[in-house]
Amino acid sequence: MLLNVGPQHPSTHGVFRLVVKVDGEKITDAIPVIGYLHRGTEKLAENLTYTQIIPYTDRLDYLSSMTNNYALVQAVETLMGIEVPERAEYLRVIVMELNRIASHLVWWGTNLLDLGAISPFLFAFRDREIIVNMLNEISGARLTFNYMRVGGVKWDAPEGWIEKVRKFVPYMREKIKEYHTLVTGNEIFLARVKDIGVYDAETAINYGLSGPVLRGSNVKYDIRKNQPYSVYDRFEFDVPVGEKGDVYDRYMVRMEEMVQSLRIIEQAVEQFPESGEIQGKVPRVLRAPEGEVYTRMESSKGELGVYLVSKGKDKPYRLKLRRPSFVNLQLLPKLLIGRTMADVPAILGAIDIVLGEVDA
Amino acid sequence: MSEEVKASSPKQPLLDQYVKIIKEQVGEEAIKDAFINEPNDHMPVLVINKDKWYDVAKLLKDHPEMRFDYLMNLAGVDYEKYMEVAYHFYSYSRNEFLGVKVQTERDGGTVPTVMDIWATADWHEREAYDLLGIGFTGRQISRILLPDDWVGHPLRKDYKPFDEEV
Repeated sequence: MLLNVGPQHPSTHGVFRLVVKVDGEKITDAIPVIGYLHRGTEKLAENLTYTQIIPYTDRLDYLSSMTNNYALVQAVETLMGIEVPERAEYLRVIVMELNRIASHLVWWGTNLLDLGAISPFLFAFRDREIIVNMLNEISGARLTFNYMRVGGVKWDAPEGWIEKVRKFVPYMREKIKEYHTLVTGNEIFLARVKDIGVYDAETAINYGLSGPVLRGSNVKYDIRKNQPYSVYDRFEFDVPVGEKGDVYDRYMVRMEEMVQSLRIIEQAVEQFPESGEIQGKVPRVLRAPEGEVYTRMESSKGELGVYLVSKGKDKPYRLKLRRPSFVNLQLLPKLLIGRTMADVPAILGAIDIVLGEVDA
Repeated sequence: MSEEVKASSPKQPLLDQYVKIIKEQVGEEAIKDAFINEPNDHMPVLVINKDKWYDVAKLLKDHPEMRFDYLMNLAGVDYEKYMEVAYHFYSYSRNEFLGVKVQTERDGGTVPTVMDIWATADWHEREAYDLLGIGFTGRQISRILLPDDWVGHPLRKDYKPFDEEV
């Protein structure tokens, strides 16, 4: 029998459609159908100046817009060889790590909602709200921040903002402990996630997986650590990994990543320069020299890469976005075959996709 | 002047080594060009003859001195006179990066698939086919982001939307 999962069911995380072939309860085949959201971001970018493209990146992984902003400006800065002031880099790191926590909170809440638990969803959104409010104060938006600029950031931190961030860290630490008490030891939860959706390190690498879905299979690789960008080389943090690569391992990796993000924020707030520029010297009209770069960064979903080809104009000749959700989703059919329908939300949820990013 | 700069690149010996291995194992004509992309953190880049691409790809993954096991990105580019597929690799064991370019004709051009070497190439190749019309031989290919009955390939430079007002 053929079953359509999605595209408009909450557990398909937006406009994702999965055609599942079942024999009784067992899944014999699964075909993901994507493209319901395709907005042609790469095509649009060819007709926009570099600054004009930034708001479009907000709409890719709309739960992690700060990191998307950074991915684009990083590529332009690399190609143009632009220096970014230190204060701006610290602000970038703080907002990106806050955004990573916010993104993981949405994953945590909705993933558990898919598995039938409602309270975690409310807890997660309660705490995410605090982050969203802080990001709103600094950028003027709650979701599509459009905060970063080539050579720096758009706004400086308002009065007392850094202090707010500082106070948030211990609060959030306590909350993550509370999450563990609420969910992690729960027997029903463990029965739904242990030994499910297992793949080894070699499969993960062969499928080009990155981020928590790679680290869950015991590959200790984090771009922030192994190929540091911005000022990440100045912070101490660990790269959590799983043991056998099941849904539970990916869950634990993300939970631990939030703790590590808090560590980074704490250090960034400590080291934050008292004063200084937030925008480096850049020409009024940005013209990237002829050439091309592929730059990458660790977004909340994995490796967000930008392949930028410039012909020396103020607009890119070609802008290819390497979206982690798109790549990570490829393994899904392989994980589902042989499992039951009840495992679909657990396995899909553990990949943590955002559809705006799957089909940019 | 550019020769001097090239010689000073720390990645030049690595690039020379890759070129040597590929020329020995696949043939002199496999490599069209090899250079260092300096703004991109001195990434070595190889331009491969498309007829030899599949053999070179196997070598890139399996040869102990290359071992590029992670295909980070695959992008099609329309250069108006020809089409190009740009691959970006990373080697987990060696912590090295490599860029590869394979060029083909603009209309009806094809490139050998590498999806049996790197499984991740599957959707990337479908995307390149869908948006740019680049064919990949040795596999079944269908659109991935656009509907199956869509006319044209939107990322081509000469693409005309069906209804420009929309």
